[in-house]
Amino acid sequence: MPAYNLVETTADRPSTGNGGPIGQRIWRTGALASAIWLVIAGLTMRWPDAGDVGPTAILGFGMAAIGIGLLVASAANSYVGLSQLSRTGPWTIALALLLACWELVTAKLDLLPRPFFVSPQSLIKVYVDDWQRLADCTWHSLALLVTGYATGAVLGFLCGVAIGWWRSASYWIQPLLRFVGPVPAVAWLPIAYFVFPSSWSAAVFLIALATGFPVTVLTWSGIASVNAAYYDVARTLGARPAFLILRVAIPAALPSVFIGLFMGLGASFSVLVVAEMMGVRAGLGWYISWAQGWAAYANMYAALFLMALMCSSVMWLLFRLRHHLLGWQQGLLRW
Amino acid sequence: MVEGGHGSSIEVTRLSHAFELHGQMLPVLDALDLSVGSGEFVAVLGPSGCGKSTLLRLIAGLDRPHAGRICMGVQRIEAPHPSRILVFQEPTLYPWRTVRQNVALGLQARGLQRKQTGRIDAALRQVGLTGFDGAYPHQLSGGMAQRAALARALVNDPSVLLMDEPLANLDSLTRIAMQAELVGLWQQAGFTAFLVTHDVEEALCLAGRALVMSKRPARVLADIEVDMPYPRHRASPRFAELRQRVIEALELQALW
Repeated sequence: MPAYNLVETTADRPSTGNGGPIGQRIWRTGALASAIWLVIAGLTMRWPDAGDVGPTAILGFGMAAIGIGLLVASAANSYVGLSQLSRTGPWTIALALLLACWELVTAKLDLLPRPFFVSPQSLIKVYVDDWQRLADCTWHSLALLVTGYATGAVLGFLCGVAIGWWRSASYWIQPLLRFVGPVPAVAWLPIAYFVFPSSWSAAVFLIALATGFPVTVLTWSGIASVNAAYYDVARTLGARPAFLILRVAIPAALPSVFIGLFMGLGASFSVLVVAEMMGVRAGLGWYISWAQGWAAYANMYAALFLMALMCSSVMWLLFRLRHHLLGWQQGLLRW
Repeated sequence: MVEGGHGSSIEVTRLSHAFELHGQMLPVLDALDLSVGSGEFVAVLGPSGCGKSTLLRLIAGLDRPHAGRICMGVQRIEAPHPSRILVFQEPTLYPWRTVRQNVALGLQARGLQRKQTGRIDAALRQVGLTGFDGAYPHQLSGGMAQRAALARALVNDPSVLLMDEPLANLDSLTRIAMQAELVGLWQQAGFTAFLVTHDVEEALCLAGRALVMSKRPARVLADIEVDMPYPRHRASPRFAELRQRVIEALELQALW
């Protein structure tokens, strides 16, 4: 019975790439990618390095492992459909070629100026030697980002709802928002470090500020532009004011709220890095400027890579949340 | 308050209302008197902008009149109440709710949703939307959306159903089908129906009484009893006769 189900579900999916109908043939793009990865792994290990560039053997074995993994996947494709994987076929080839070029111009031919451009294996060396500090820094950045962002998002949302709903809230908050809101959050950095008891709490404040402004404005505009007929419908059905806010105004404003949340997230990334480079003595931003101070460029790239990973994961989470809450909207952008 | 099952009478006495436009008061209703018996089906016809929709909103309790009074039964109307439900020209379903969740709106607003899920199924069945409860409004046709809006009203078992040109935006075939359905729902549920329409034939097909209103400020020009049994046939001589009377009351006979 399970096997039957599997055949049915794979048959429903459209075939992608050059693999032909999935679940029937070998995944050809995967096999090609596997061959390329294995050839590059061989070259990396056999071709002598142009000096001490790091643990070439680990890099070579890693490439070979990817090649073997792809080989297994392309063979297994004739038994179980791997449609998710087969979509990545062209990218696995492109990545192999990019990595090969990088290895060639740094470790093998030494064409690029040395301290600024580093070889792939020297990045591996950083991850192997300094993983503890990097993990610690990633954790610190993530905790700071999430604390500041969540604070700003919640306060901004509440503020926006208040301005959109109550005239007196609008009267008092709106002028402040207009005057203070557009100031880049990092401009408050010197004052924040002075006023707050720790650089960490100052950074939380700055990130919350950067997030809060767009979230407030877009929540407010979302609430203000709710179709007035939606309220008439609810009122004629016997709804009370709390119902009008929670079940009508907020759900109707949610698409706009999410635009604010995305803008706030982008702003919070840059404030995070600036705060970490300027005062907070931990986190990936701190690590990058610290590594640069020692001219340890490999460490810098390693931290940058982790930062890209962290930011895009957080962004992905926000997209998932939006998809969960706004699934009723048509044509939503997938991440 | 009256809870469902049977219609309530509506008594409108010396009702006046005005809108402010560019600093000037624009009278919409001027000392209007109107009486609708319980369980009656009344259609209101009149020129555009004569205040028909305003009258409906005042009866629904969505707006407060400047002068005069409206009573449902013996009770004065001061605020909206789910025993009087207004159905709008647009379905105005909430796009973030499924059909079922939209229909449940009134019950949810009053905290009755848990106890009375069976009524939601019954309302969906009444309007012929069984099987569409999981659909979102953007997946519905215009007729289906308006049916869902009707179910959203009927699930509350109103004693007065106020309809503001509910079929005006539908194509003519759907409209004819839904006119027959409306009569069926009215006969079945026994609510008092108050229909604002621009369509003379629609008024004569559905209503037991057709009120013809004047230009702004609105007065009742003619109160025509539609004494034909249901289902009504547009080709019958009595229908043509009544239509002629309504057209004359609307002062459109020269153009007809």
